[in-house]
Amino acid sequence: MYLSRRARILLAALTFGTLSFIYLPLLVVALNSFNPSRTFSWPPQSLSTVWWGRLTQNNGVLPAIASSIKVGLGATAIALVLGTCIAFAVSRYSFYGKNTLSLLVIFPIALPGIITGIALNTTFHTFLDPLNKQLALWTVVVGHATFCIVVVYNNVLARLRRLGQSLEEASQDLGANIFQTFRYITFPLIRSALVAGGLLAFALSFDEIVVTTFTAGPGTETLPQWIFNNLFRPNQAPVVNVVATMLIALFIFPVWLSQRISQDSSAGGRL
Amino acid sequence: MRSNRFNTWLYRHKGARAALLLALPVLWLAVAYLGSLAVMLVSSLWSVDSFTGNTVHSFSFSNFHTLLTQRVYSTIAIRSIGVAIAVTVIDGLLAIPIALFIAKVLKPRFRSVVIALVLVPLWASYLVKTYAWRSMFADGGVISWVLKPFGIHGPGFGLTATTITLAYLWLPYMILPIYAGMDRLPNTLLEASSDLGASARRTFTSIILPMIYPAIIAGSIFTFSLSLGDYIVVKIVGGTTQLVANVIADNVGTAGNLPFAAAMAILPITAILGYLFIVRRSGALENF
Repeated sequence: MYLSRRARILLAALTFGTLSFIYLPLLVVALNSFNPSRTFSWPPQSLSTVWWGRLTQNNGVLPAIASSIKVGLGATAIALVLGTCIAFAVSRYSFYGKNTLSLLVIFPIALPGIITGIALNTTFHTFLDPLNKQLALWTVVVGHATFCIVVVYNNVLARLRRLGQSLEEASQDLGANIFQTFRYITFPLIRSALVAGGLLAFALSFDEIVVTTFTAGPGTETLPQWIFNNLFRPNQAPVVNVVATMLIALFIFPVWLSQRISQDSSAGGRL
Repeated sequence: MRSNRFNTWLYRHKGARAALLLALPVLWLAVAYLGSLAVMLVSSLWSVDSFTGNTVHSFSFSNFHTLLTQRVYSTIAIRSIGVAIAVTVIDGLLAIPIALFIAKVLKPRFRSVVIALVLVPLWASYLVKTYAWRSMFADGGVISWVLKPFGIHGPGFGLTATTITLAYLWLPYMILPIYAGMDRLPNTLLEASSDLGASARRTFTSIILPMIYPAIIAGSIFTFSLSLGDYIVVKIVGGTTQLVANVIADNVGTAGNLPFAAAMAILPITAILGYLFIVRRSGALENF
């Protein structure tokens, strides 16, 4: 298409404007974490690392990070097993309800978190109340695993489709049984897709707050919940800025890594 | 020997292998998850005893009666759908130029860099991004500081802040499908249009827009349904604004009225399914 110079410049300017719109708020948070003022009046009068020093003294952050990691690892482990099973079944076998299943995998992430959250909440209460048990950390793991399955599934499915079956057939022709073929042939070939899917699942779980809120027991607090509970408290807001800045830096790394490892997931698996 | 026999048996029975693979996932997704959704739908017909606070497991349409007769709920529903539409329109208007620029103006070697610039913040923590806008809209924050010299007050926390923050959060979900659509659009078509004498504007409205229409719809499904289901943003930058999702959340949390929350949740589900039904014919759904 022939675009006049003016149109090109206009498009470039709009792109630059949109990118600034995307990055500006993140920069403001990062700058505010060095803003010594308690009220964060803009622009900062001076810069200091005083709030960064307070981070380790804060007695809520570290346990929250610990429970977020526990939930993330648990949900990722479950999602890896279930997502891989579905990916193998969908790519290698034909069965009744195959299309329905591949749609069902997307459901927990396509429906708003609040729907998945209260649906699981209702079920947990229906089954746990008669047993006199309460929601706990494991109920959060169950909730997170449900919507993490899809990212593992997408990554592994893309890899399996690309690989084809000839290597596995060769292995079986040479006398390897099903488990040997999986262990020595298939698994090494899909390993990097599993790592990529696992990283994305972990990142997704680490970031989640809505499903968490409705499936967490009393006394359970993940990092996003800690941020949410503290950002309205003027005393805690400075530390929230520090944690937020750390998260911006931390989040980008696993995603970048998983994109490097797996070229299958163009949109990072979230779409 | 036993394991060998099992191996041989598995090797011969394809159905058994598929069944073993599917047993656990189907139990989890179809039984536990779909079951939970079904329980939630049924629970919208239950009620809560206002005296004891216990759930009464008998069927009545009282929740729906309240929802349909009290004005406040229809106002909230209309407001929520309005916000979702506004977010979708804003994201569409921002996404089309940037997608066009990346796909058709930028040289290929810069493309992946700019796409990465768009994608990376998608993965920055959702809560952090929302919180970032709280710092932007706060009294004495960046926006009021920028507007001050012009004698304008910042919008503060409210419906405007909610809409802008939601548009910010879901923008990458709109850019990506539209970019993919533009990328698939052959350059030869655009050249043919120019050769036949069409201006850039005419090429855009008569060639590009109709051809990326399914991609726009695909993006709008994300922005629309994500906006309808969100209550965290409203809580953080919305001030006292009430949207459907935070009415649901408040009924689960503080009010402790799960059946009413479940009844209210049917509204976003219906709106999202309704939207999918309307856009089904555009062919956008085949892109998933």
